[in-house]
Amino acid sequence: MTTVETHDDSRLDAARYVGARTRRKEDPRLLSGQGNYVGDVVLPQMGHVAFVRSPYPKANIKGIDTAAAKLAQGVIGVLTGAELSAEVDVPKPWRGAILPVSQVSYVGEPVVMVVAESRAEAEDAAELVDIAYEILTPVIELEDSIADLQMAHDADSTNLVESVANASFSVVDEVLAAAPHVFSETLQQHRYVHSPMETRGVVARWQSSSQQMTVWISTQGPHPAAAHFAKILRLPQNRVRVMVGDVGGAFGQKIAVTREETSIAIAAKLLRRPVKWIEDRYENLAAGPHARRELVHVSVATDDEGKLLAMKVDHVQDVGAFGGVGGGNFDKMIPGPYRVPVVGTRTAAVRTNTSSRAAYRGPWMMETLLRETMMDVAAKGLGLDPLEIRRRNILHREELPHKTDCGQTYDLITAQETLERAIAILGYEDFRKEQERRRAEGRYLGVGISVVVEPSGMSVRRLSDGVSIRIDDSGKVQVATGSGSQGHSVETTICQIVADRLGVDIGDIQIVLGDTGATPSGGTTGGSRNAIGGGNSAMKAAIQLREKVLEIASHALEASPADLEIEKGVISVKGVPTMTKTFAEIAAIAARQQTVPEGMEPGLEALGRFTTDVSSTFSNATHIAICEVEVATGRTRVERYIVSEDCGVIINPNVVEGQIAGGVIQGIGGVLYEDFIYDSDGNPLTTTYLDYLIPTATEVPEIEYDHLETHAPTNPGGFKGMGEGGAIAAPAAIINAVADALTPFGVTKIIRQPLTPPAVLALIEAAQSRA
Amino acid sequence: MDEIAVAIEVNGSSRRAHVESRLTLADFLREECGLTGTHLACEHGVCGACTVLLDGQAVRSCLIFAVQADGRQVTSVEGLTPEDGSLSPIQQAFWNNHGLQCGFCTPGFIVSVEALLRDNPNPTDDEIREGLSGNLCRCTGYQGIIKAVREAAGN
Repeated sequence: MTTVETHDDSRLDAARYVGARTRRKEDPRLLSGQGNYVGDVVLPQMGHVAFVRSPYPKANIKGIDTAAAKLAQGVIGVLTGAELSAEVDVPKPWRGAILPVSQVSYVGEPVVMVVAESRAEAEDAAELVDIAYEILTPVIELEDSIADLQMAHDADSTNLVESVANASFSVVDEVLAAAPHVFSETLQQHRYVHSPMETRGVVARWQSSSQQMTVWISTQGPHPAAAHFAKILRLPQNRVRVMVGDVGGAFGQKIAVTREETSIAIAAKLLRRPVKWIEDRYENLAAGPHARRELVHVSVATDDEGKLLAMKVDHVQDVGAFGGVGGGNFDKMIPGPYRVPVVGTRTAAVRTNTSSRAAYRGPWMMETLLRETMMDVAAKGLGLDPLEIRRRNILHREELPHKTDCGQTYDLITAQETLERAIAILGYEDFRKEQERRRAEGRYLGVGISVVVEPSGMSVRRLSDGVSIRIDDSGKVQVATGSGSQGHSVETTICQIVADRLGVDIGDIQIVLGDTGATPSGGTTGGSRNAIGGGNSAMKAAIQLREKVLEIASHALEASPADLEIEKGVISVKGVPTMTKTFAEIAAIAARQQTVPEGMEPGLEALGRFTTDVSSTFSNATHIAICEVEVATGRTRVERYIVSEDCGVIINPNVVEGQIAGGVIQGIGGVLYEDFIYDSDGNPLTTTYLDYLIPTATEVPEIEYDHLETHAPTNPGGFKGMGEGGAIAAPAAIINAVADALTPFGVTKIIRQPLTPPAVLALIEAAQSRA
Repeated sequence: MDEIAVAIEVNGSSRRAHVESRLTLADFLREECGLTGTHLACEHGVCGACTVLLDGQAVRSCLIFAVQADGRQVTSVEGLTPEDGSLSPIQQAFWNNHGLQCGFCTPGFIVSVEALLRDNPNPTDDEIREGLSGNLCRCTGYQGIIKAVREAAGN
């Protein structure tokens, strides 16, 4: 079901691609095995890397003996942290060295790099590196880190990296004290990880004659990666060319260039050989960026009718040994779609001797999880239905614009509409009857509702992705954009926009992405920014180029530009089908100074860059999960999953649904299956796909989609970013559904995950022993 | 390390090479044959990205040594792709149904589905899911993949 509200598309002759289920341009290549991932890059003289990694979560490095490794067959070089750090600028968060020289801080931390003629030889030689360690007591658990029982790094006097409170945090306790009802819980979020199917990887080549570094890398940000390498290598940025081919998924793990990847470029320069490192799955799981380990104390105050009066949220996240701070908009989005007069938040980050945190798809997922699970806890406490408490608090469109106590202003969200639409698709009352009937049969179904407001395009205000368009001599279109693709279909969506605005067939457009030597500058794909940033830049460039084409054509056809139309790359005079010029003919005129209209520059090229002073564009969605819990085994099955969403003008429903589905299944995986476990000594235990379980085709429901399309007021295209909402909303929907299913057993809340079968059985047992 | 002579028929062409006994079939295809369509995502036999047909059977090429494939026939995704630039019916069905996003797991799925539908041309939904359960995908939530298999099976 799709409902489209009227929006202004007067500049289009006919919208043919935007809004259509256009098949993707990238697919034939990827389906045929002709993709070009970093692992496929092969260069003459290329060496292969294996890292020697720390077996200890915390230890002093007392000595490194690389002599035997250097003599091993095929070895090109063995490099320590000291050697790699000698002539570079080390970023501050890395504590003085590219790879550690005095202390290791997590199991799997790279310590020595071995470069050999083959990966196998590099791994053989890595076994010969002898590192003497003095083992120290690590801090692994989040609670221990908060208590500063041990320091993650001996040089620190506290594990606390940052703690930020908003203005209401100091007054919220008073509101809670005066409220008729207060519900307080401590929610534990376990660690789970991005796990893209393609691991991290990089190939670097140094050309000493031209002082040029070329880096092929699997990253979310080609231009920022070039800036990163240039700064560290002390090179002008134009001496670093970053080439990003196909990227096999990222989800936040490939936002920042990590120490391993950085060391490869340094090694290429030191060894004067191209160097390649492709991470293996053990490395990715154990030592790639991690996510999600968080702890929240939350209190929700309501009146007797269940109206929200205040929320207090005290949040701590584990950023691992080197991770950057940042809940992103965690604290900004806590009230979500509800009216909450007072929201006091404090968010802190602490270090542990575990792999470093990186943003993961909806890095502020916890705000929705805590809010939506607490809505159900409050509903139970007040004797209200979870739907009813939401209806009493959800913002209606006529209340907009609405400024939250966390400083966000919602200009156009449709949370209430998506809630009602999702409820209608489910048939809520009928479900409740079905639930009763099944309970009588000893089958336990539950419904979970989760409503999300997703901030998108935050970083676009700093720098959007530029898009350039050129019409070549053959009348075909060449597009280039500064962003890359990690599978989110930008190759297609950008071309859909250009095709419509320019009036050409999408098959006549080719696009170049991710090559910093050939594309306009751009940022890092993240925070659901591509449609807003790149999409509007593409529109801007296409409109500009279209005007030039029409101006030339109007001279050639001796007609006013207003009387011209463009269809499939042919310009014609309206109502006079014989008077036409093709794009190739216009290109021929545009090619020479002598033939273009007087005062016009020759050439058919345009660069578009969207600018805005709006900090976020808000999309929204309601997710409803129906889960059945098999109480004999504790196994949870997701029976139905409904998403009603508003992501503004839809560029491609397939892409939107694909983004929702991927996010939802990651969320389901996070709640039901995925759990990255460290033992109490700091050893990672889930370092293969036999231990770290991501969902397979047998675990996933068929998702039911509903689209409500409104035109975002923040940008000409009307787009709202939506790449993360699925992963943000799904965990709470599943948790609430399981808790609802287990109500007959006295389960009133679920405050920790994952909900594996043993965990569910334990929940039932605990509830029954209380009863 | 000693090298062993192997002769493997890859996508209809005979390939002869001297390989280390520890070389996997996946690395043989990628490095010796330059067939980079076969991807490696776990190298421990779980994710299925490296699935190829060995004498017609879908196998994980990361768990087979090249020397084990000596004298046998291997078909990779490149061998399932028509030479004229078109797509096979299964590839076409994936394209029609948004059955891929980043594409990294896709060649493994294409090969697995080829074997699945050959052995069971009219699978039920449960059989489709079961048949796909040896291949991991992190982008699509399997939604488009399941639809693609239904379409390719004519369901």
